[in-house]
Amino acid sequence: MPEQLLYAMEVTLNGLMAGVMYSLVALGFVLIFKASGIFNYAQGVLALFAALTLVGLQNGQIPFAHLINAALGTNLHSFGWKLPVLVAIALTALVMVGLAILIEKLVLKHLVNQAPIILFMATIGLAYFLEGLGDVMWGADIKKLDVGLPQGISETVESVTDSIFGYGFFIDNLDIVATVVAVLLVASLTIFSQYSKQGRALRAVADDHQAALSVGISLRFIWVLVWSIAGFVALVAGIMWGTKSGVQFSLSLIALKALPVLMLGGFTSIPGAIVGGLIIGVGEKLFEFSVGPMIGGATENWFAYMLALIFLVFRPQGLFGEKIIERV
Amino acid sequence: MNAMTEGYVTPDGRQIGPVLMEMKNITLRFGGVVAIKDISFDIREGEIRAIIGPNGAGKSSMLNVISGFYVPSEGEVWFRGQKRGPMKPYEVARLGIARTFQNIALFDGMSVLDNIMTGRLTMMKSGLLSQALWFGSAEREENENRAKVEKIIDFLEIQNIRKTPVGRLPYGLKKRVELARALAAEPKILLLDEPMAGMNVEEKEDMCRFILDVNDEFGTTIALIEHDMGVVMDLSDRVVVMDYGKKIGDGTPDEVRNNPDVINAYLGVAHE
Ligand SMILES: Nc1ncnc2c1ncn2[C@@H]1O[C@H](COP(=O)(O)OP(=O)(O)OP(=O)(O)O)[C@@H](O)[C@H]1O
Ligand SMILES: [Mg+2]
Repeated sequence: MPEQLLYAMEVTLNGLMAGVMYSLVALGFVLIFKASGIFNYAQGVLALFAALTLVGLQNGQIPFAHLINAALGTNLHSFGWKLPVLVAIALTALVMVGLAILIEKLVLKHLVNQAPIILFMATIGLAYFLEGLGDVMWGADIKKLDVGLPQGISETVESVTDSIFGYGFFIDNLDIVATVVAVLLVASLTIFSQYSKQGRALRAVADDHQAALSVGISLRFIWVLVWSIAGFVALVAGIMWGTKSGVQFSLSLIALKALPVLMLGGFTSIPGAIVGGLIIGVGEKLFEFSVGPMIGGATENWFAYMLALIFLVFRPQGLFGEKIIERV
Repeated sequence: MNAMTEGYVTPDGRQIGPVLMEMKNITLRFGGVVAIKDISFDIREGEIRAIIGPNGAGKSSMLNVISGFYVPSEGEVWFRGQKRGPMKPYEVARLGIARTFQNIALFDGMSVLDNIMTGRLTMMKSGLLSQALWFGSAEREENENRAKVEKIIDFLEIQNIRKTPVGRLPYGLKKRVELARALAAEPKILLLDEPMAGMNVEEKEDMCRFILDVNDEFGTTIALIEHDMGVVMDLSDRVVVMDYGKKIGDGTPDEVRNNPDVINAYLGVAHE
């Protein structure tokens, strides 16, 4: 096989895996948007908050230690234990459920029947609040997240591809894990939504609030449920991205990577979020690989947005979104 | 012996039960608009109760009060001999009060079958955790509910469209699917807001037959709003007549038909 083609294959594979990471974030947006029509600006911060909480719990950090020390003149930092990874993850998931309940009680409940723009504004407020809360609870320093996921170039992939093509592919182990996790996550979400009682209720609420109420579905329960699931998806995204590049404020900016994915895949489609993420991941890497060198590189910063813009012009509802028909 | 608690038999031999639901002095205001003015009436077990009146009379508002979508400004709702506290629509639904809407509220993106299955949500018990941990129980429950739903599908003769997304159906069939979803909840009371509006003659006849059959076979109590006087006279045991938010008549179809206030409201002329 010609060398150029092999390079391109390697780049494509890497792109697919980067795409999975984008999809993970986009998924959280889609879930909430489908069920409540809210564009949740806080989704990225949710991922940051989850990752911070996970690191904090894992290392036995005392929450609000700064506040407590300032108020009482103490010098507390940590409980002095380390929690096993699985326990810490389970506890963090519980924290995310608690957060969902609080968000419903303190915010959403009071904004029922408000215009989407108001709800959107509320989530902006929520984003800044959570960002602050994360800082106050766990401190603003950059943290290292290690839940034991393998990292670095996969030697297996390298040696296998080397023996087949005579050229070893460089694929990051973490990307492989992220892909597997994302596939599992999407599969279980799909099974849940298609075959469980709550899943059916969730689809019902996403479709028509009035009708959902009339068959005995509590909107508030469903909202807590979707925000919990979105919180859990944020936790997964937070673990992957946090492991990759550390837990710090910039983690919340992965939300910006999800926007073009949503434009591409449509705001209401779970398969759209996945395929959209993959297209952007691959497109971005291939473009950088083929055209990048000619125009000075760093195309990954803007390529996704340009692709999304072009898409918007030709298919405003996204790849899988329902066709928008103007009724006159 | 008292008709309130015992029920009675109509001249044409229909068994009517005791009072199931009672509206006491209901008033409903929207800002300055008074949609319902101090109305009282009852619904008896097993009967078909019609609410009629000109456009804007407050009929849908009354149905919305019964189903919890509107909270009355004044007055009380009594159900099965107990005063009902303030309730959310979904709580009312869980009491066994199912409804359809004047403007049809279905889940357009879901199939006919899935739409009707949502009607059974109030009947399903498996919790989130048990479904996750032991798929078997959830699966058995799903199958049982599926069987019930298939019966309703047969009953309403919509077998051939059960996999069709509801959004693609013509109006008349949508109304039928909405009825099916309400029936799936095995309700004590079925509230129908203009179930025959916008249908052609044939569809109307079908719908009439279904309503009578539901009442007959399942003993379901039905309260319905309808404009077509012929239909109302044929179907209902008793009729409440509303006009401008007030109750102007209440009784058997014959009584109501001969009530001067009612004739007045419908014909718009003084009737001496
Ligand atoms: N949500 C609401 N907000 C404000 N006003 C309302 C609301 N719902 C109903 N109304 C008003 O209450 C009055 C009664 O309306 P309602 O829909 O109950 O009449 P209706 O008898 O069902 O009429 P139709 O035969 O046209 O369906 C009308 O004046 C209507 O504008
Ligand atoms: Mg009406």
